[in-house]
Amino acid sequence: MSTKPDWGQFGKDEWAAREEARLREAEAAGRLSFRLRRAWKDMDSRLKMLLALALASTLPLFVHNPYHMRVAGIVGLYIMLSLGLNVVAGFAGLLDLGYVAFYSLGAYAYALLASPQFHQHWPFWLILPLVIFVTALFGFLLGSPSMRLRGDYLAVVTLGFGQIAGLLLLNLDRVRLPFLHLEKPLNITGGPNGIINVDDIHILGYTVETATGYYYLILLFVALVFLVVFHLDCSRIGRAWRAIREDELAAQTMGVDTRRLKLLAFSVGASIAGTAGVLFAAWQGAVFPSNFDVTILIILYSMVVLGGVGSIWGAVSGALILSILPELLRSPEVARLMFYGALILAVMGLSRRAKMRGLALLGGVGVLGMALKVTLTALRPEWFLQPELKLSVARSTFAPLMRALNWWMLFPRDSRGIGNAAFVLALFLLLGVLRLKGTGQYVLLVPGLYTLAFVWETRLVEEPSVTRMLIFGVLLVLMMNYRPQGLFGQRWVQRL
Amino acid sequence: MPLLEMRGLTKHFGGLTAVDGLTLCVEPGEIVSLIGPNGAGKTTVFNLITGLYPPDGGDVSFEGQSLAGLQPHQITARGIARTFQTLRIFTNMTVLENVMVAQHSRGRVGLMESILRLPSFRQEEARIRGKAVEALSFFDTRLVGFRLDQLAYRLSYANRRRLEIARAMAAEPKLLLLDEPTAGMNPHETLEMTRMIGQLRDEKGYAILFIAHDMQVVQGVSDQVVALDHGCKVAEGSYEEVVHNERVIEAYLGRRRSGEGQASAEAEPR
Repeated sequence: MSTKPDWGQFGKDEWAAREEARLREAEAAGRLSFRLRRAWKDMDSRLKMLLALALASTLPLFVHNPYHMRVAGIVGLYIMLSLGLNVVAGFAGLLDLGYVAFYSLGAYAYALLASPQFHQHWPFWLILPLVIFVTALFGFLLGSPSMRLRGDYLAVVTLGFGQIAGLLLLNLDRVRLPFLHLEKPLNITGGPNGIINVDDIHILGYTVETATGYYYLILLFVALVFLVVFHLDCSRIGRAWRAIREDELAAQTMGVDTRRLKLLAFSVGASIAGTAGVLFAAWQGAVFPSNFDVTILIILYSMVVLGGVGSIWGAVSGALILSILPELLRSPEVARLMFYGALILAVMGLSRRAKMRGLALLGGVGVLGMALKVTLTALRPEWFLQPELKLSVARSTFAPLMRALNWWMLFPRDSRGIGNAAFVLALFLLLGVLRLKGTGQYVLLVPGLYTLAFVWETRLVEEPSVTRMLIFGVLLVLMMNYRPQGLFGQRWVQRL
Repeated sequence: MPLLEMRGLTKHFGGLTAVDGLTLCVEPGEIVSLIGPNGAGKTTVFNLITGLYPPDGGDVSFEGQSLAGLQPHQITARGIARTFQTLRIFTNMTVLENVMVAQHSRGRVGLMESILRLPSFRQEEARIRGKAVEALSFFDTRLVGFRLDQLAYRLSYANRRRLEIARAMAAEPKLLLLDEPTAGMNPHETLEMTRMIGQLRDEKGYAILFIAHDMQVVQGVSDQVVALDHGCKVAEGSYEEVVHNERVIEAYLGRRRSGEGQASAEAEPR
């Protein structure tokens, strides 16, 4: 913006006048990027959702592996769950750590009413409204203490509730009822063994059996939940929720019945989780207590936070990223591709203003790797492995990358011990990079990046379950440092 | 019948009596200003009226009906809206949304209508929006136009004060409680705000009870001035009567030590 200030407009609201002029200017120039951004921003979210849905519904055309379709199903369930959590934690700002209990309640309700456990085989269309009602009721009950509690205190109470629910699932397998003299203790939830042989969903004379069928059913429910959440967000109720999140006292004095609306948020969130639970029970064909432990809660919160607290698209994208990423890590080749891709992107992104420097850095890392490889394997060949490409890999599109990797990376015989040592070294090197300034930073970054890649090859690729958690952690730490509002969230301002 | 009537209103905080048997009336269409030194209990009076604190004694009645036992949002629905001394706008919501929230108690649309987007929802949403824009337009072009969709934290300090007043107006009150509407404003803005307060009465017909420290504002618009000290009413009447009242001067400046000459007791404050 190089225009000189128009002195005639000073005095009244000068900044406002300039802002309007700037907007007009950009509009008149009609830059394509500006117009595209404007069009995307003005597009109704529901239309965007429809587009995404159309795209998602073509997935079975490309994916023929039933396992991949099942993964797609669970991704959909995660989207539903994070949308529901976003209502409670995002819109209304209530730290609900008992959220997973409602998920389990829905799942177990379906499992009990549609399985051989009690020889009940209720239809899906009867169970679903029942579950929505019951979970909403329980949400109401859990929400009741929130009338007096705020922030951390509410979190503790709801966490307690969630733990109680988990313990009940584990221990309601040998219930002795007073006065009823049963021959043996009543087995309700099946304890750690859970409930198996849960019925498939029958709907409109059609039985959903295949992974693809469940995928479409879940997709339909994702769309419904999205619509419900979106419509609530831009309604009187959504506004009141956000007002409560911003300043409960001010909301109250502006005529918002905070008590009622907080309970409503709990109930809406709970019934969305319950619905997801019903679908989950049928999708998995069984329910186990371990499906509903604290890990799920942490993952759900990570999704909402990563995407941006209070943002619907954030909840969707957070769920997509954090549920697809761990699945991709299962294949070492894809994991490698992602790791090196992310590394190169990060280096180039950070040295955006000095592209040559970024290239030099990457070249330096490459040269360092090759030099180390050549000298060390010449000096001490007995220390290192010379891995051959697996046949399946050699034929795949990854082959050139893997060959390049073999030329560059050292593969020690004792990968475990050396990898652990390198991990510590990498941490110190990267910490040093953060502390240094100027050229030293770049120089130190070369061995730092190589060590990081070395750790990845020796340790992390071998143990995807650990790596998954590490990546979750690193991703969240980076996110919170560089973009605390999440992917789609708006910048959060406490008070100025 | 007075619009707002307080009879013997009392509030204790532990051993401190913040408001002590206060009796005060606000007539419809009247501007009453509440003055007093720091800690005199002015804001506590506001908190008692709006139901944030339950009174320990006495009663507040609005349009002849007691407000005892009502929740803050119910009191707002009756027709009392307030602003805060320490700004309490909804920082991470847009300017328009901030004001639309205040229409909450005037809306009837529920959960199902909102989810299904029934015609009743659309109608009400349009009405709420209209009311909000109307309230914001009161401040000329300062808060409308592109500002409508701006997040509230982007506003300047003075505009945040204006936003708070617009938000209170959107609650469709009969009585506005303004807690130091000119605090932290420069003389130019203070003058403008003083005029605005006058307009709120003359054009919009609100009765206004406001707290002020700036005597020029008080002088400019008050129909009646009430001075508090230590929770007690020490004087009431016109501006002239109150500022020349000996007990008011004493409350602000302190008592002369006895024997230090009575002759100069008429010293003006400042």
